[in-house]
Amino acid sequence: MRDIDATTDRNLRGKYAIVGIGETEYTRGSGMTTRALGTRAVRAAVEDAGLTFDDVDGMLSYSGNDSIPSTVVAGDLGMRLNFYMDCQGGGSSTEALVGIAMGVIEAGLCNTVAIFRAMNGYSEFRIGGTGRSSGRSALSGDALFGRVYGQASAGQNFAHSFMRHMYDYGTTPEQVAHVKVIHSEHASNNPKAYYKNRVTVDDVLSSRMICKPLHLLDCCVETDNANCIIVTSMERAKDLRHTPAKILAVVGRCSKPRMDNHYQHGPISTVAGHYARNILWSNAGVGPEDIQVTGSYDAFTFTTMLQLEDYGFCKKGEGGDYVSSGIMRLGNKRPNNTSGGHLCEGYTHGIAMVIENVRQLRHDIDDSCPIGADGKRQHTHDHSEGGCRQVKDVELTANLGWATPNTGSALVMQRGD
Amino acid sequence: MPLEGEYMGRDVVINDLDTANQEFYSHCATGTLHLQRCRACGLMRYPTTTACPFCGHAEYDWAPVSGKGTVHSYTEVHHAIDPVFREHVPYHILLVDLDEQLGKPTEHEALRINGNLVDADGEMAGEDLVNTVGIGTRVRIVFKDMGGGIALPLWTVDEEAEQPERVWRYAQG
Repeated sequence: MRDIDATTDRNLRGKYAIVGIGETEYTRGSGMTTRALGTRAVRAAVEDAGLTFDDVDGMLSYSGNDSIPSTVVAGDLGMRLNFYMDCQGGGSSTEALVGIAMGVIEAGLCNTVAIFRAMNGYSEFRIGGTGRSSGRSALSGDALFGRVYGQASAGQNFAHSFMRHMYDYGTTPEQVAHVKVIHSEHASNNPKAYYKNRVTVDDVLSSRMICKPLHLLDCCVETDNANCIIVTSMERAKDLRHTPAKILAVVGRCSKPRMDNHYQHGPISTVAGHYARNILWSNAGVGPEDIQVTGSYDAFTFTTMLQLEDYGFCKKGEGGDYVSSGIMRLGNKRPNNTSGGHLCEGYTHGIAMVIENVRQLRHDIDDSCPIGADGKRQHTHDHSEGGCRQVKDVELTANLGWATPNTGSALVMQRGD
Repeated sequence: MPLEGEYMGRDVVINDLDTANQEFYSHCATGTLHLQRCRACGLMRYPTTTACPFCGHAEYDWAPVSGKGTVHSYTEVHHAIDPVFREHVPYHILLVDLDEQLGKPTEHEALRINGNLVDADGEMAGEDLVNTVGIGTRVRIVFKDMGGGIALPLWTVDEEAEQPERVWRYAQG
């Protein structure tokens, strides 16, 4: 691994921020196109930031041919862009695009960038290709090494790594089920969450088997939604509406050697975070022990565990102990996915988890706590069902984005001044 | 000319630009697994690639291998995404360490080849067979003829191999 010099002044630590966030409802059946969803999310984020459409002159988006290009959304909103780019990809794209936004602003290509993801992930394009837009095509190319064997979905592709982790380290289904349990508790305090019901370890283990070791409740929900975040410089952020979420470090699509789904490069129970952490912590100037809230991608219960482990929140092999220890629960040392994440809130390929941490850093989570005379929520920090999900005095968060076992992105943010 | 076959009721098409896959699946039809072997560093690879993932060299030869190995990991699918697999659940997708090149070029690397568990005739394994296979099971390649001069590699239990006393299987509770 090439060393990243954290002392260099080139790494932009603390120079950029997320200043605006926008979401549509997390639903099954949005009743609208990804074009309409994307437009709503971008508009909401620009308004949230206290900016005008003229202020935002950059746009980035990601999709797997299941969304709408930046040009269409910008056109609908009457925005004239100085820079835009639409990327291929799902999970792990958000953090990578934050890095690109910082780079293009720094290079003088534009001033302020909107990053969006719009998807009808339930009603139109389902992962694994079983939705309204799926077709039965002939088997050729890569399908001859995957789909021909009934290996097509994310769960089927990742399960070999999950099973091998259980073999290598004695990780148990009960331990990993705690990820869903804890995220469901958090979701019960999130009025936006698609699934707000709290579940138990027994509920997870008695839900039907999808592909071992994944029960139904080890898998995330599929929803229709769009999300947007606005990135600009800390200099500009000073004049905007909210306390900025200052960016300390980004890792973008960092990968294991020999990326393929056939895992020539073992151990297959080690994921990309093992490499990404060398960039993340040295560039951020903080370590995992300093982080107060994590957003570890929960496409599956196992992905949360594997990433927390490989980014150094616990020793390799002790991820099962970590996620079942209660440390990730609201009110405890380091809550994870306080929105309920992809397992409960909705599936957005990671961007909603960044939005959640931006809200945490603003100390302005959108839970059911009463709104005071100053227009701000009066957070009780009572995390019982239906209650508060604001973490007290949070200053530092980390997002750990997952694409596959082989690729991941990450983002460390700090509450701005 | 594209190579065209059929497997589980679906068309299989390997077009004429995809020369490495045409050669890979044509070799399978001869009954022996062949892998690309780099002419520069001599290492083999799977699946097919356009250059050597270990040294970047483009030229390769086809090398015959034993087609025998050990299950490195597996998943047992109970909910088929693909409709043609629904009648076969539960089915195994195995990830197998080939005996050749194990631990090369670095300690944890191997030629890892995925594929379904099938019986000795290449038919999807029944539940009884599925329930006996786990990490550590010794397996061998079998080929299912797809017509058109191509065949698909699949895994079956190696009846002649010495099997471990216990294989590791997912156990809940």
